[in-house]
Amino acid sequence: MSGAGPIPRLAFRSVANRQLTALLTILAISLSMALFLGVQKVKEGAEASFEQTVSGVDLIVGARGGDVNLILYSVFHIGSPTANVTWQTYQEIDGLPEIAWTIPLALGDSHKGFRVVGTTDAFFEHYEYGRGQTVRFAGGGAFGDLFDVVIGADVARELGYEIGDQIVLSHGIGAVSFSQHDNLPFRIAGILDRTGTPVDRTLMVSLQAIEAIHVGWQSGAPTQMARAVTPDRVRALDLQPTQVTAFYVGMSSRTALLRYQRAINTYREEPLTAVIPAIALRQMWDVIGVVEKTLSGVSLFVVFVGLLTILTSILTSLNERRREMSVLRAIGARPWHIFALLVSEAALLALAGGLLSLVILYGGLALGGPAIESAMGVRLMGVRPGLLDAAAILAAVACAALLAILPAWRAYRNSLADGLTVRL
Amino acid sequence: MVDISGLRFAWPGGPQILNIPAFSLQAGERIFLRGPSGSGKSTLLGLIGGVLRPPAGAVRILGADPGAMSGGRRDAFRAGHLGVVFQMFNLLPYLSVVENVLLPCQFSERRARAADARGGRRSEAERLLGRLGIGGDLLARPPGALSVGQQQRVALARALIGAPELLLADEPTSALDEDTKSAFLRLFLEECEATGSSLIFVSHDRTLAGNFHRTVDLDDINRAAA
Ligand SMILES: Nc1ncnc2c1ncn2[C@@H]1O[C@H](COP(=O)(O)OP(=O)(O)O)[C@@H](O)[C@H]1O
Ligand SMILES: [Mg+2]
Repeated sequence: MSGAGPIPRLAFRSVANRQLTALLTILAISLSMALFLGVQKVKEGAEASFEQTVSGVDLIVGARGGDVNLILYSVFHIGSPTANVTWQTYQEIDGLPEIAWTIPLALGDSHKGFRVVGTTDAFFEHYEYGRGQTVRFAGGGAFGDLFDVVIGADVARELGYEIGDQIVLSHGIGAVSFSQHDNLPFRIAGILDRTGTPVDRTLMVSLQAIEAIHVGWQSGAPTQMARAVTPDRVRALDLQPTQVTAFYVGMSSRTALLRYQRAINTYREEPLTAVIPAIALRQMWDVIGVVEKTLSGVSLFVVFVGLLTILTSILTSLNERRREMSVLRAIGARPWHIFALLVSEAALLALAGGLLSLVILYGGLALGGPAIESAMGVRLMGVRPGLLDAAAILAAVACAALLAILPAWRAYRNSLADGLTVRL
Repeated sequence: MVDISGLRFAWPGGPQILNIPAFSLQAGERIFLRGPSGSGKSTLLGLIGGVLRPPAGAVRILGADPGAMSGGRRDAFRAGHLGVVFQMFNLLPYLSVVENVLLPCQFSERRARAADARGGRRSEAERLLGRLGIGGDLLARPPGALSVGQQQRVALARALIGAPELLLADEPTSALDEDTKSAFLRLFLEECEATGSSLIFVSHDRTLAGNFHRTVDLDDINRAAA
């Protein structure tokens, strides 16, 4: 007496025999599953890139305003602050006991549509993204001279810049700016490795350089005096910064984080806002995530449609296979063998489709991943087949088997009713 | 071998088509069961084969009572002791010729052991096929590549493998032309003799009757006949 014995093999041979139908069914399933898994990967990548943009930063401090606005301009360089933070306040907070480091940010200038950030070497030392990665130089190094600029990977690639190139910064943040700081050209001193964060699309100069290019400027416009400024004259000036736009804070002890946030939010000398980026980004993602959830839902639906093709193909073949079932019965197959045969066939198709979807997905990522990464700023290259894929395939197989219960039940009933006499 | 007493059967919602007070078949006996189309021959084979559930006590095969068995045991009993040949479409299109012949060994330990005892199931399958004139590259072919006559011989080899005690043949020659028909029948009877199996051979074609130990007209044993 045999158990399931010959059934899996028979199911395999039966599926393999109907090459064209099987192939089309498998293709439908694999494409739908590749879509679903692809959406999941992009979602994961996007979420991780988003939430880990400033993973090493404990607090971001700016002038009093909305949390979201502060994050947007200080991290993503979107929008502008309503006010700045005075240098004195920055210095005071920087000197507080449990603050390990700060990275000042001076925003407001641009270069060919890319934002310019005034900062210090602390940026290259302390800025962390992803899982604790610090920025690395693909070439060159940090600021050595007043007119040194360090550029992000996208800036270098899109504008074709190399170390040593001379560039001119623009006042304001429009793509086309009419106020050029063209009397004070900068030299590209360093190019950063790709980070998958907004840093890739940023040019960094020292805070002193920001002061320098604004010598003679008043309320955002150059005066007569600004025109006369030359690099040599500027070098002779005292370029002590008077304000920063915002600053990142790293704490030496996380336990003090909430206390410090409260202290800064109620700072007496100046109205300030301090946000914890990990929490704020998480909350922002929950809002943005609606899009991604919709997309997941739609792609899940497509998978279901793919699985329905299995059901259709089995149901339509049922009548022409009635004879085959009664032959199996005559040979000694039990009715549940017939049932199991059809369920196994469906599961097999889903399994093949699922495995093929991995080939399509990861093949596609290997080929098109870099393009997607740079186009969307989503980190995908680290994506490997994982538990999610295994679970998705398993679920698809289970779902197909479940759907196949309908035709299998019909075949089971037929095989009981037909006896040896199938009336065709 | 087969003992029928008081067998009645009606398809669900249909009239009674079988009412057989008594009928029996001796071991090694090969009988010709004839009757017009629609008289219930296939139905009777289904009952004997236990594919249809006979009422308990009505059909005894090899001393066993398939009607009293659970569905699973009845299926196992059929797999182990019976070989069946149909009129046509006997073979699974997705298995090769030789795999089709080996199929009963996968559903029955008994048949598998019997085939193994004759020198291995695969060589036994090839031996049977060879005796029936099918060999060489035909073995690995799908059944669809064979003529109808060849397909019937493959079906016969499959019914014979593992030497089941009882063969049921439901109009196995009806799809064959005159020449292949007599050749097939001769082979069938020879192989039956060689394995020592009993045989119920169903047909509406009277001209074949002379080759059997006995001819039974279904209408003679069946009181339900109109
Ligand atoms: N699977 C079935 N379901 C319902 N009625 C059936 C079935 N098979 C056969 N019958 C009916 O039983 C009667 C006998 O059929 P059958 O046993 O196939 O006769 P034969 O084999 O002698 O031609 C016919 O009236 C047929 O319509
Ligand atoms: Mg019939």
